[in-house]
This record gives sequence, C-alpha cells and structure tokens, in this order.
Amino acid sequence: MTVLSIENISKKYVLNNKGKSNDDLRDTITGWSKKLVNAGRSTDTKQDFWALKNVSFEVKQGDRLGLVGANGAGKSTLLKILSQITEPTTGSIKIRGRMASLLEVGTGFHPELTGRENIFLNGAILGMKKNEIHRHFDAIVDFAGIEKFIDTPVKRYSSGMYVRLGFAIAAHLEPEILVVDEVLAVGDADFQKKSIGKMRDVSSSGRTLLFVSHNLTAVQGLCNTGAYLRAGELIKYGPIDEVITEYVKNVSKFQLEQSWTDPDLAPGNDFVKIKTIRLVPDESHTRPNLDTTTPLRLELEYWNFVENAELNVSIFLYSMTGECVFNIGDEARIYQKGTVKSVCEIPGDFLNDGSYYISVMIVRDRLAPVYFFEDAIAFDILDYREGTEWVGKWPGAIRPKMIQVNSWQTELL
Amino acid sequence: MDSRVRVITNKKSISEYIAEIWNYNELFWILAKRDIIVKYKQAVLGVGWAAIRPLITTLVMALAFGRLGKLDVGSTIPYMLIVSVGVTIWLFFSQSLTTISTSLVLNSNLITKVYFPRLIIPLSSIFIGLVDVVVSLAVFAGLCLFYQYVPDWKIIFIPLILALTFLASFGVGLIAAVLNVKYRDIGQVISFVVQFGTFLSPVAYLTDTYKTGANGDLLYKIAMLNPVTGCIDAMRWAMLGDFAAFNWNSFIPLVVFVIITFFYSIRFFRKHEDTFVDYI
Repeated sequence: MTVLSIENISKKYVLNNKGKSNDDLRDTITGWSKKLVNAGRSTDTKQDFWALKNVSFEVKQGDRLGLVGANGAGKSTLLKILSQITEPTTGSIKIRGRMASLLEVGTGFHPELTGRENIFLNGAILGMKKNEIHRHFDAIVDFAGIEKFIDTPVKRYSSGMYVRLGFAIAAHLEPEILVVDEVLAVGDADFQKKSIGKMRDVSSSGRTLLFVSHNLTAVQGLCNTGAYLRAGELIKYGPIDEVITEYVKNVSKFQLEQSWTDPDLAPGNDFVKIKTIRLVPDESHTRPNLDTTTPLRLELEYWNFVENAELNVSIFLYSMTGECVFNIGDEARIYQKGTVKSVCEIPGDFLNDGSYYISVMIVRDRLAPVYFFEDAIAFDILDYREGTEWVGKWPGAIRPKMIQVNSWQTELL
Repeated sequence: MDSRVRVITNKKSISEYIAEIWNYNELFWILAKRDIIVKYKQAVLGVGWAAIRPLITTLVMALAFGRLGKLDVGSTIPYMLIVSVGVTIWLFFSQSLTTISTSLVLNSNLITKVYFPRLIIPLSSIFIGLVDVVVSLAVFAGLCLFYQYVPDWKIIFIPLILALTFLASFGVGLIAAVLNVKYRDIGQVISFVVQFGTFLSPVAYLTDTYKTGANGDLLYKIAMLNPVTGCIDAMRWAMLGDFAAFNWNSFIPLVVFVIITFFYSIRFFRKHEDTFVDYI
C-alpha cells in the first residue's frame, strides 16, 4: 500500500535583487514610490529559484526511504513540504496516516512550564490527542528518566534532560510515517543509540521511515530504498545500493587515474616525470564501489631521464582530514633511462571507510627527494558490514581485519 | 492505523480550512492555557496583578482627569465607576490588540518547525485578555460595593459587548500580526497606538466631552469612527444603569468596522500565511 505519494512537486522561491533588501517598512514604501515614478521600467531583478523541480515518487508502507544529496539539493525543502511547514508551488502530496518528525525534538517547549505541562503542550503540537497523551504519560516520563523533575520548570533542566524529554514524547507519538533528519549528528552516544533503536522499531513494526542524512553508512544500514536529489531534481529513485552508488559517483572528487603520453606535458622535472598513476580494485571485487573489503592496487609508472640513477618511491596515504595514515617505500635500486613501474598492494579489510588521498615521492640516493607528486589520487571507501546490527560510524583511521581478537571461556561457575 | 488521507497542495477550500482549524481545537486550548500560565508564573502576586492593573489605572485616571483636570461629570454615579468601565474596555482592547499582533512572531519557533493551522495562534490569544477582563469586572464589582451602587439588568449585555470589543481588536490585530512577520515596525506602531489610545478614547471622560469647545462637532464625528468609543459607550450603557443612553452614533460605526475588518483580516491572513516561514 502506498502511504506517501509525491506528484510533480516543485517549490519556487523568488529572490529579490534590489541591491537593497526591503526588510523594513521604509524600504518597501520607498520601493513603491520608486515603482510609481519608474513605472514600466523596473530596476528590480527578480530571480526565480527552484528548490525542487518536478519531484515525483511513491513510498510504500513499511519502506525505509533514505534521502541523500549534497547540501542545497532540496532535501530540507522536501521535508518542509512533507511536514506542511511550507506549501509546494505546484504538485500534490498524498499522505496516509500520521507523520511525525524527530527533527522537532522539544519543539514548542516553554521554559517556564513544568515537564508535565510541557508533555501535554508538546504532544498537542505534534498532533496527539489528549487521551493519547494521558495513556502514554507514564511511559514518556519513564523513557525520559525525569520522574523526580516532572513538576520542575524545564528551564531548570539540564540540556540532556531537555532532549530526552523531547525525544520521549516524539517516540511515543506512534506515527505511521516517521521522518528523521540528521539526528545521528547530534546528541551523545546514548541518544544516538536510542534514536537508531526507535527507527528500527518503526521499521520492524511495518511503519514507514523517511531518513535524511549525510552519513551514508547509516543510510545504507537502515534503508531499503533511496532517493537521490541534486539541485532540486530527483536523479535516482530505487534500491538503496543503486542510489548510493549513483550519489557517490556524482559527488566524490574521484581521481583514480592520471596518465600522460607526452613527457613534455607530464608533471615532474628534468630527472623524472610521471607517466601513469592509477588505483584499481582487485579483480575479485564485484561490487560497484570501493568499500572496506576491497583489495586495492596502486600502480605508478614514471620516466627516468638519468642514467644509473639510484631511485626508490615513497607512498603517502592521507585521510580526508590530512593525517598521514601510512608512508611506505620500496628498496632503492639502480635504473637506466626509460620508464620505471612500481606497484603497491593495499589489502582489503584494512582501511576504514572514508575519503583518502595518495601522494607519491620519488627519492634519489635514498635521501634526496627528486619529485613529490601531491594529491595524485583521491578516492572514497564505502562502509561494508556483515554480522553487526550497529550502523554508527566505525571509529579509527584503519579497520584492519588481520588484527584478531580471540576470546574464550576461562572458568565455569 | 489511521487511514485518513491528507493531501498537500497549494489550494485549500474554505471548508477544508475551517474543518482543519476545528481538528486542532485541542492545540488551541492548550496554547491558550500556556499563555495564561506563563503570564502569571513566578510572580508572588500571580493573577493578583490582573486586579492591580485596572485598579491603579482607574485611580490614576480618575485623579488626573477628575481632580486635576476638573472633569467631573456632575452625576449621581461616582466618577470612579465611570472611569473603571472605560479602563476595563480599554485594557481588554489594548491587551488583545498587543497579544494578537505579536502572537505570530512570539511563536516563530512553532511556525518554523511544525505544521498546524496558523490561525490557531492569534485566536488563542483571546484568553489572556479574557482572564484580565474578568478580573477587571471583579474590580468593578468591588468598587460598586464600595460606593453602594447596584447596576441594573442591562449587565446581561456585557458578554456581547466584550465579544464586539475582542472582534474590534482581532481584525486590526490580525492584519498587524501578518505585517509584523515581515516588518517588525508594526510592533512599534502598535505600542504607540496603545499609548495614545488611552487618552484619545473616552476612557476617563465621556463621549459628549468631544462636543465641547471649538470644532466640537467635527471632533465628535471623528471620535465616533474610533471603534473603542463604541465599545466604551455601549459598556457604560450596560453597566451604569440610567447614567448613559445607548449611543447609536458610536455603535453603528463599531459594528461596520468589526464586520469589515474581520472578513478582510482573515482573507489577508490566508493570503500570507504560507509565506510566514520564509520571512519570520
């Protein structure tokens, strides 16, 4: 059964370029009078901005839809339209059942009111009926763990208590469609675990989940279908893996290969010049994207213009934040004029998911850098998990499987 | 499972609009309750302030206009009572006007985060003024006891007159609230209106006072266009026995004003409510 059908939704914003914004009354009035004087030859330039362009898709009951896209792709606008905060310019949306959003945790809490009063206030704002709130009241208080402070104004709550209470109310709303926007990015570990638990409950009870996040790992782990928005347009809608593949292909500054056939144009100097550098996945890898299990092979080929040069290469792997994950080199050897090839195998189940850069340095006589080819390769590694329910970001610069943890029972009680 | 299907488009019929507001009646009550609780919270005197304000205002007005301004009306009815009626209406009107016109901006955290019919917010503002007006009437009753004065049967019209007073403030307040979303200047204008309105409306003097002096007739005609004049005249007629005759001169403009501003303001509100999020 279709619970959510979105038909040709567009949203237009009009951008006024006046050089001066008309945010106060005086400007508007002077603007009017100017218009009267210059009737016909308006100096204003009005620009239409389409935050969403003809987006259509349907969500079936029990689907877990992940909405992905870069900042400004229209994800938030779509959510705003879905939650009716703003109306679409064209198109229509049909929603079956109640929709609630974890985006609004604690929305409408009044600091002067007590926890008890705020539960009723917030519940009503989220669309709960009074008897429903009564029914869930004890469960909400219990879930939030604020029994002692239920009659204290929430302005005296710690921020943790505040968020817990807000979340507890939203969690007991029992919506048919739950919208979650980036909650994984806020709150402490405990809160994240609770939100993920709630989302799992929602999906396992046959209700529908709409999840928006930049954390592709979490999206991949939770969702079964995906929608990829780019500049207000729906680029891809379908199974989550295909959508993420499409998204990664579009956004990442992938540079898996650089090569030159003419030494005059190639980067380098009088001693060496780069001919080819490429990063290829091992033939055994069949999934479309590089992920944490993929064995990688870095191939470098360069021209050497010096007879009897003693050279070696040094490879630097940097994480996205610029930290050097490792630096390895080969044995220095004597090479003649011509091309030299180096190959470095990076095993699967070694790097963690994330973005990486590779720089290579060619070294002469074991100590003097001849040429440093920086940021030669840029690549993303996606997460891949089996046998774990956990979808949070896996910590660590590397995730080596060759380092094993073994456990056994030592004693029986 | 709730099998109602909601359709989101940019076109909504008037009956859907009203039905939707009705669906949210619980939110309406709870917002009204919130406003009242919050207003008197953490004040030692609490709702007592609702009594102190009209009482002090009446005393000061009576002193300023009656004693210092020598504006005694020469009637059997104590001047304090005449002023008290004016103050009751004026405080109710100005309170409602201020609350309604700032309601949208003060609730911007709700407007930008969750959906509900926006009209609920200004509508629920009525109660904050209503609590005050009830307390004001109690103050009036206290003054009656003090002066040994008994109003007649006409007091049954009080609720009707208060309803008209609220509607008079509602129309203007709603338009101001919408404009205030985009132009915060309106908040300043409203505070001026409230400040000068106390003296320009016949709060501490009688409507007939306008007639005295040069250009009295013209002044009187202009004053009749002030909806608060109509409210105060009607209230004095209802609450002060035979003291004042019913003044149709101010009542008819009031009714016309209420009808026009009510319908126009709701249309104005509907036209702009979708863009609140973008400007607030």
